[in-house]
Amino acid sequence: MAELSYREAIAAGIAQEMARDPMVYFIGEDIGAAGGVFKATVGLFDRFGPDRVRDTPISEQAIIGAAMGAAMTGLRPIAEIMFSDFLATCWDMIANQIAKTRYMTDGQVSLPLVIRTANGGGTRFGAQHSQSLENWAMAVPGLKVVAPSNPSDAKGLLAAAIRDPDPVIFFEQKSLYGVKGTVPDGEHLEPLGRAKVLRDGKDCTIVALAAMVPKAMSAAEQLGADGIQATVVDVRSLVPLDTRTILAEVVKTGRLFTVEENPRLCGWGAEIASLAADECFDDLDGPIVRITTPHVPLPAADVLEDAAMPSVERIVRTVRESMR
Amino acid sequence: MSTQVEKPAAADIDRPTRVRLYQLMVELRDFEQRAYELFLENLVRGTSHLALGQEAIAAAYGVAMRPDDYTFCTYRGHNHTLARGASMAAAMAELLGRGNGMMHGKGGSMHLTDVEHGAMGSYAIVGAHLPIAAGAAWSAQVRQSGQVAVCFFGDGTTNIGAFHEALNLAVVWKLPVVFVCENNLYMEYTPIDSVTAVKQPAADRASAYGLESILVDGNDADIMYEIARQTIGKARAGGGPSLVEALTYRHGGHSRADPAKYRPEAEVREWLARDPIKRYRPRLIEAGVAEAEIRDIETRAQQKVDAATEEARDGAPASIDEIERQVWSDGSARWRN
Repeated sequence: MAELSYREAIAAGIAQEMARDPMVYFIGEDIGAAGGVFKATVGLFDRFGPDRVRDTPISEQAIIGAAMGAAMTGLRPIAEIMFSDFLATCWDMIANQIAKTRYMTDGQVSLPLVIRTANGGGTRFGAQHSQSLENWAMAVPGLKVVAPSNPSDAKGLLAAAIRDPDPVIFFEQKSLYGVKGTVPDGEHLEPLGRAKVLRDGKDCTIVALAAMVPKAMSAAEQLGADGIQATVVDVRSLVPLDTRTILAEVVKTGRLFTVEENPRLCGWGAEIASLAADECFDDLDGPIVRITTPHVPLPAADVLEDAAMPSVERIVRTVRESMR
Repeated sequence: MSTQVEKPAAADIDRPTRVRLYQLMVELRDFEQRAYELFLENLVRGTSHLALGQEAIAAAYGVAMRPDDYTFCTYRGHNHTLARGASMAAAMAELLGRGNGMMHGKGGSMHLTDVEHGAMGSYAIVGAHLPIAAGAAWSAQVRQSGQVAVCFFGDGTTNIGAFHEALNLAVVWKLPVVFVCENNLYMEYTPIDSVTAVKQPAADRASAYGLESILVDGNDADIMYEIARQTIGKARAGGGPSLVEALTYRHGGHSRADPAKYRPEAEVREWLARDPIKRYRPRLIEAGVAEAEIRDIETRAQQKVDAATEEARDGAPASIDEIERQVWSDGSARWRN
């Protein structure tokens, strides 16, 4: 087991797959000699060269369109969109073209590509560089959506996304880039579509994603000291969604809390709440509670941003009050 | 500054190629005409965008392309798709929403695709397929396959961002892609020159990307074939992309809903006189092709369209089972376990 940061694990995942498959190509802004603005691609340019690790102009439509055209004709491209907020500039390519073309052609076209992007808040960048946009992608049929919470998953899920025969939007939580963790040596793959139970508790189930996972874990520790034993589930993959694991944990504890970094409306937790209400209604012992950012653009100032995003304290307080 | 390409001498294009160009144009014309008739019978639902009058461009590139080259076209894409050899019956059936359609009823008129014949899709969001075509060309370049991507689009596309992003990337990466602007003078209902900063929407922008300005008569099949040969040849030889502006005219409106009343009568008359098929027929005769042979081509085209129509009409409606098929590569639409 190696100790890697989340950003090093990203680079390791890309390197693992580029070394394995000569059809894997990587394009994006500043990803080459510069090593990425988040330094998540350091070393790839030197190792694989300027043809396979290729800098692009600031042209998000061209980046994503090129990845699509290449994927449908034999390559397995990885395209980086520097901040997930910039997905809005190429959303036609993603939502109208990449997501639909296989379906509209009834399977004539396959699109094995990955769009990596730095997502989420906590860095005081303001509302155009801090959004949590997993739900945008989740709402479009034809896109797989993955968001790792730790270095091991960052490597393993990214490698699996690159090997996947379908388009995957891979959300890297920018506040996690510096977080370290152990990553298995050698080839490492984490299959897509599997949630992970990180902590077992009999009283309630807290379901979280990406940067909210470590916060949910800290909250669960504090709640344990208060006598509330919480299960914590890391969703990891929104599409496909491991409803079997998530709902089984809801049934075991009878209570469901979601912790979502996104603004309130139509966050991924709303879908999970709906599924739980549909399929586990008789097992629920209390209301389903969603803990989210309020329905506002994320503010820039540290005090405002911290207060807007779900915090360990807010998770603890909300669960405690609801469980009273 | 725009460059008018000289009309190549007829001798430059061999007789079988010229006969093939005529045959293809007539087939495309008859297909579109039949599609129009089927709308009037209310057999084609939804919308459809016909390219009656614009056949020379699709036919010329279709004939000049290698079988493994890639075509990317728009919602006005019946011609470009058929010009690659895609099944006419499957195309017609797709328009009719039948299970024997090219995409089993899941794409419709605006999305005809036949990957087996290199028709990589008809894209219905203006400009989207230019970067995608560049991507296919990038793939061909790194695989060293010698394939070329040809991307057809309308004049309106030149004012959308994706056009400029794709051209810049294609030039910077020296990609084997040919961008063909079919300037039919109208951006949907609005004259293109009333909403564009330059007179020639594509040709006058070429210099911004370091490309030669190419403006050609898109209703002249010989000229179009020559320019197709040149631009495809340049791309295949590693010379990078080209941007072609081909002047043409659609005989009808933008879509099924549009009677095109906004076009001056004199303009319509002038362009109908420049119909690419009407112009090409006497040229074939002049080149020594017998009237009987030409009539035979015309009869066979009608028969082909008749047979395709019959096969399409005989098809069962699209299967309800298709709804939840082929979202993913495993053939399913499953998003959960």
